[in-house]
Amino acid sequence: MRENSENFEEAVSIRAADKVFNPDSDNEVQALLGIDLDVKEGDFISLIGPSGCGKSTLLRLIADLLAPTAGQVKVFGKTANQARLDQDYGMVFQHSGLFDWRDVSANIELPLELKGWSKSDRQARSREMLELVRLEEFKDHYPRQLSGGMQQRVSIARALSFEPRLLLMDEPFGALDEMTREHMQVELLRIWRETGTTVVFVTHSIPEAAFLSSKVVVLSPRPGRIHSEITVDLGDRTDQTREDPEFFQATTEVREALRAVEAN
Amino acid sequence: MTKRKALRTAFTVIVTLILFVLLWEGYKWMGQQTEDHWPGTQFGLPVSTDDLTMPHASDIFNELTDEIRAGRETLPMTVYLAKKAAFTFLEAAIGFSLGVIVGLMLAIFMLRWRFAERGFLPWINVSQTVPLIALAPIVVTWARLQGYPDMVGISLIATYLTFFPVAVSGLRGLQSPDSSDVELMRSYAASWSSTLIKLRLPAARPFLFPAFKLAATLSVVGSIVGEISIGTKTGLGRAILDFAQRYAVWPERLYSSVIAASLLGLFVFGLVNAAEWLVIKRGREVLK
Repeated sequence: MRENSENFEEAVSIRAADKVFNPDSDNEVQALLGIDLDVKEGDFISLIGPSGCGKSTLLRLIADLLAPTAGQVKVFGKTANQARLDQDYGMVFQHSGLFDWRDVSANIELPLELKGWSKSDRQARSREMLELVRLEEFKDHYPRQLSGGMQQRVSIARALSFEPRLLLMDEPFGALDEMTREHMQVELLRIWRETGTTVVFVTHSIPEAAFLSSKVVVLSPRPGRIHSEITVDLGDRTDQTREDPEFFQATTEVREALRAVEAN
Repeated sequence: MTKRKALRTAFTVIVTLILFVLLWEGYKWMGQQTEDHWPGTQFGLPVSTDDLTMPHASDIFNELTDEIRAGRETLPMTVYLAKKAAFTFLEAAIGFSLGVIVGLMLAIFMLRWRFAERGFLPWINVSQTVPLIALAPIVVTWARLQGYPDMVGISLIATYLTFFPVAVSGLRGLQSPDSSDVELMRSYAASWSSTLIKLRLPAARPFLFPAFKLAATLSVVGSIVGEISIGTKTGLGRAILDFAQRYAVWPERLYSSVIAASLLGLFVFGLVNAAEWLVIKRGREVLK
């Protein structure tokens, strides 16, 4: 596992970041205010908070899909923009965002195609990725033939296909039913362990955040600020972990932080 | 599956045709009995049923196999109409292709530059309100002055009708991907043109093909109207014009040329359908 890495490098480092939408107009919205956040390489952190707290916006600042109004966002020591151009991260959205007209392998190969990989290299990599997410026999299927959970697995395979060091996930299991969701969480942890990728995970589910993360970042809304950071250490997690007192402890801690946020 | 569907379609078409002929002949027969009145009333029928207004379906059908003198040679009507239709088809095909190219280019242009959408779209809408009859002589005169054959002017008129649905639906289709799909491409640092080719154009196909079908039939209409309004020497439009002038003598002939025009429209529609099947459905059929 990752315990042995002593020279922790910051995967993400955010300083005094603000985000204002529609500045200087009637519908100006202060989405984020004074965000300071560090994500160590190899970490799994969750962003949680009530809707409108700016957790997705924060993820998009890291992804350089949005630019901060003020402050600084660094990814692996570079500007977020440079990191995006270098494709240092892969992204997974709530809706798998697979292209209907491409079969599973072709979807996984999309980022590789854009990077100009040769066909044989792409095919070899997409096979590896399908193995990683355990969907080998579905490579020729089209997205609509797959269940929601399978689609998300393809989406994860696509995001990891070019071996980015950072995986950004925006409520990836939000549209799945509870059982599939728990199964996907275990799968994601396995993939995280096997690949050593750093993960920033947006969710509004308390048990999900507690189960997955090494650190849960709780945001408060309007304007979005970091309310607290809760460190979780559940060790190696399995479905059994959900019945452990430590897990209960962790969810309680996150829940209380969120209550405090709501109360303000 | 598909074969059964095709058979069912063919069956429906034939049954509809038979029903239509029965309705036509039934109405005609009724009118003949009552001297063009609704049975038992003094109210006149909306369309009179004499042989000039409504020739017998069998006469129209027979006309198709009759001989017609065209210049020095004598031809069966079907061959004569097929020759005319082939010429019109060529004009329509050129007009359609140009219309698709122009329409797609406009759609991409409007997608790329927002101001172009605001500035162009109203004019694109206005363009379709200009009566074709007024436009045709202008275009054809211009083409003639440039020394081009009439076909060029006629194809341009067809283009004028076809680019419109392609541009409007094309723009909607190109704008159809979810914002997260666009963000995904951005996360891959994909260029604007890669995003166009890998995401927007494929996503636009379900919007484009209905527009192509409309454009295909419009290209036939545009070609025929173009031929009629400039009095070209060949094409279905010419045949329709000739037969229209002799309608009082041979009403069946005008009807037969109208049937030829509809068949041509159906043919081009079928071609686009086949193209759609090749491009989209074949992949999608797997889904069921």
